[in-house]
Amino acid sequence: MSSAREVAAAVRSKERSAREVTEAALAAVAGRDGELHAFLEVLGDEALAAADAVDAAIARGEDPGPLAGVPIALKDNLCTRGIPTTCASKILEGWRPPYDATVVELLRAAGAIALGKTNMDEFAMGSSTENSAFGPTRNPHCTERVPGGSSGGSAAAVAAGFVPLGLGSDTGGSIRQPAALCGVVGMKPTYGRVSRYGLVAFASSLDQVGPFAANVEDAALLFDVLAHHDPRDTTSLRHSGPPTHDAVAGGVDGVRVGVCPDLIEGCAPDVAARVYEAAEALRAAGAHVEEIRVPEFAYGLSAYYLIAPAEASSNLARYDGVRYGLRVEADDAAAMNTATRTAGFGAEVKRRIMLGTYALSAGYYDAYYAQAQRVRTMVVEAFGRAYASVDVLLGATAPTTAFALGDKVDDPMAMYMNDVCTIPSNLAGHPALSVPFGAGADGLPVGVQVLAPALEEALLFRVARAVEAGAPATAWSP
Amino acid sequence: MSADTEADRDWETVIGLEVHCELATQTKLFCGCPNAFGDEPNTNVCPVCLGLPGSLPVINAQAVELAMRIGTALHCEILPSSFARKNYFYPDQAKDYQISQYDEPINANGSLALPDGAVIGVTRAHLEEDTGKLTHVGAGGRINSAHHALVDYNRSGVPLVEIVSEPDIRSAAQARAYASELRGILVATGASDGRMEEGSMRIDANVSVRPAGAGEFGTRCEIKNLNSLRSLGRAIEYEVARQIALIDAGEVVRQETRHWDEAAGRTESMRSKEEANDYRYFPEPDLVPLVPDAAWQGRVKAAMGPLPAERRALLRQALGGSPGEAQVDQIRAVVDLDLDAFVLHAVAAGAQATIALARTANELAAEGEKGRRLARELFTAIVLMETRGELSATQFKAVLSATIENEGVTIPMSAAIEGQSSMTAELTVVEVVRRLGFEALGADSLANVVAEVIAAHPDEWKRYVEGDDKVSGVFVGAVMKATKGQADGAKVMAELRRLRG
Repeated sequence: MSSAREVAAAVRSKERSAREVTEAALAAVAGRDGELHAFLEVLGDEALAAADAVDAAIARGEDPGPLAGVPIALKDNLCTRGIPTTCASKILEGWRPPYDATVVELLRAAGAIALGKTNMDEFAMGSSTENSAFGPTRNPHCTERVPGGSSGGSAAAVAAGFVPLGLGSDTGGSIRQPAALCGVVGMKPTYGRVSRYGLVAFASSLDQVGPFAANVEDAALLFDVLAHHDPRDTTSLRHSGPPTHDAVAGGVDGVRVGVCPDLIEGCAPDVAARVYEAAEALRAAGAHVEEIRVPEFAYGLSAYYLIAPAEASSNLARYDGVRYGLRVEADDAAAMNTATRTAGFGAEVKRRIMLGTYALSAGYYDAYYAQAQRVRTMVVEAFGRAYASVDVLLGATAPTTAFALGDKVDDPMAMYMNDVCTIPSNLAGHPALSVPFGAGADGLPVGVQVLAPALEEALLFRVARAVEAGAPATAWSP
Repeated sequence: MSADTEADRDWETVIGLEVHCELATQTKLFCGCPNAFGDEPNTNVCPVCLGLPGSLPVINAQAVELAMRIGTALHCEILPSSFARKNYFYPDQAKDYQISQYDEPINANGSLALPDGAVIGVTRAHLEEDTGKLTHVGAGGRINSAHHALVDYNRSGVPLVEIVSEPDIRSAAQARAYASELRGILVATGASDGRMEEGSMRIDANVSVRPAGAGEFGTRCEIKNLNSLRSLGRAIEYEVARQIALIDAGEVVRQETRHWDEAAGRTESMRSKEEANDYRYFPEPDLVPLVPDAAWQGRVKAAMGPLPAERRALLRQALGGSPGEAQVDQIRAVVDLDLDAFVLHAVAAGAQATIALARTANELAAEGEKGRRLARELFTAIVLMETRGELSATQFKAVLSATIENEGVTIPMSAAIEGQSSMTAELTVVEVVRRLGFEALGADSLANVVAEVIAAHPDEWKRYVEGDDKVSGVFVGAVMKATKGQADGAKVMAELRRLRG
């Protein structure tokens, strides 16, 4: 499949119609998604109608937007008006939001075609997409392996070539880790750059919507469409920088890259080797590469697994059977609540609700939640010290390549360790990105993570593009 | 149960009040839905106030402003504040948590002076959202026996300010005075309509007793569901007596939440301290901290009108000298009803202050209770006629009523009507008086009638001039006959005495 930029250019120049592009994407999904299960809902008629609208706008001489006719996969925790939005949970099965998420509105205005809603770990809690109530997604590069998670469906949809672009959400690595495992680009923006309005909340202070793409340039193109101030989200930033897309090819001459062993040492040797090779590629491209230690990152995981469940325990309280979604009838309201939540939530969601409830309880708040917030502050300050001497950090995205389905489902701690390299950026609210760089010993994709200070998305994409340019060829390289 | 029990010299009552006040904003606290009472259920709702997945709150600037007005009126420090989530499951709670201010309230450390001079500390006055409303259906609508419940989310997300007093209140009567004065302040600042019957102001009372002179507080009970000043007073009196009786019987007061049953006239246990919810408060991650800058605070202060205490002082000043007990009550009533501008308007036009005050507190207030409205200028014109002796007190009422019927306008009484000149108003009222047949009673007209009656009874007049006061009855009777009973006997006598010299 062509890149998003190429598709949009072809559609705008009437070389291909949006309908042709959409039909081809739908055919690709029909051909292989039975095997992969990237999508929970494919929007056949809606996508074709949207494509026709784009074609009609072009025929009238109107500007169809920068993503004209580009099919995109939406994670199923983004609200879509009148279209089921389940968060891969039985508790929301059949719920149709009466409104679109802000990012969905922005995509439509940019001419993109929503091709469907993608599979995920239930309420974005997981790192393999095996926690979906509707069955797992398989990795397109090896269907016995997981695609990563929680945005595994969107990552797999891009990796399988169904769509050039996807949207995910990243609370502790849920865009970057599946991007790494599926061999695509996945980026978490600065907290507040992209509106959360209409993103079903997991952990509000950490959640951020971001792009998946087959290459860095497309990821930047999509990011530029998403990054807008939204008055409906008071944590949305007013910052408006120049488009990052224009800066992608700017090179890394003179950029100070800090290779961070604290984001590498816990990883498998083949993954670690690729990160150091990526650093060499950057050096070859003109960057100043040095090693920089940030030992505080080691505490991020523990802090994250208190803060995120604490917020989740509150965010997920509303699924009580009263207003929407699943209801299991019982004798009184409290019993109905309990029966509904017992039947509607999966094991991992229940585990995190209990963890979070405990962390916020009277008598434990200070030892757990408040302490975790102090650690969070410590991580933010550690980033600040690191960025005093380097412009970006380089590390691994995930500790290993894609693991086998079923491998870690019974070992939550092993599953949680998948997020160890990605969590620090969520805690700090900084942007970070995973870009494919060669393969592991098993021949499966490896992702290298680039981390940048708040609002430095343009720099992030520029460095990522240089990593991409220096990456060894692989079987799946575009 | 009587107030005497509470005044028992052996015991001291300690009360702290938590007053929830619905703010009179156009829209809800975190969304653009109308903040309106009495609409069709679930019509003023949106994804935000229904707590739909993915929705986010956005703070309403008008609510912040009204909260700052309340804080200013209660002499609070206005502080940088933040929101927290109070987590508990209940069907009327759309998100199963309430967004409220917890450890960083917008207003803190204030006070409220009661009309008798007592000062009650105000711990804090913070912003929070209201819940929806549950209606239990079937089996008589009682919670325990209801077949099912209906939820109306129109009230969900309506802005509230919770005003928490220090435990400085010492009697049921003082609690009522505090609530009444607070209500007046809320109305005067425009923060709330103060309608307790519509739930705009809801009160919880923390009540304890201790031996007189004791340093430590007794165990307190929190009484919920106090929806009128009368309930507040009755519930506290009941609760104080209950607690004293328990202690006298050698038992202990358990810390608990109690429900006031208005019909039964008693408080009933709802839940004990052990059963109390753990609300698991934590900072609301969807809202940024609220830091009203000095300029905004300044604009809020500058825009505030005088508070009830100042307004009562203005009325006392208009009366000159020190008001009697009846007048103190009238002053209170007139300010509470937001009618003091009528008194001041009439006095400024030359009306006698005692008349203007009494007519506002009684006749005008009565009309207002019936929902009838009148422009200030018209009221002043009528009060001026009485001041000049052209109307009796009885006639005043008839003229006021007729004027409202002919000229009543559907604007709040407190609002001035632009372009209604005092001249027009006077002509209007004179016409009303004429139509009622009262014009014979004008000072000049009365003098004419008396002169005619004297001319018709020359012998009786001679005896009267010579000192026979008993004969005056003849003149009064004749004047009454001539005026169809509308004349004021006292004024007829005054005129007779004047002519006798």
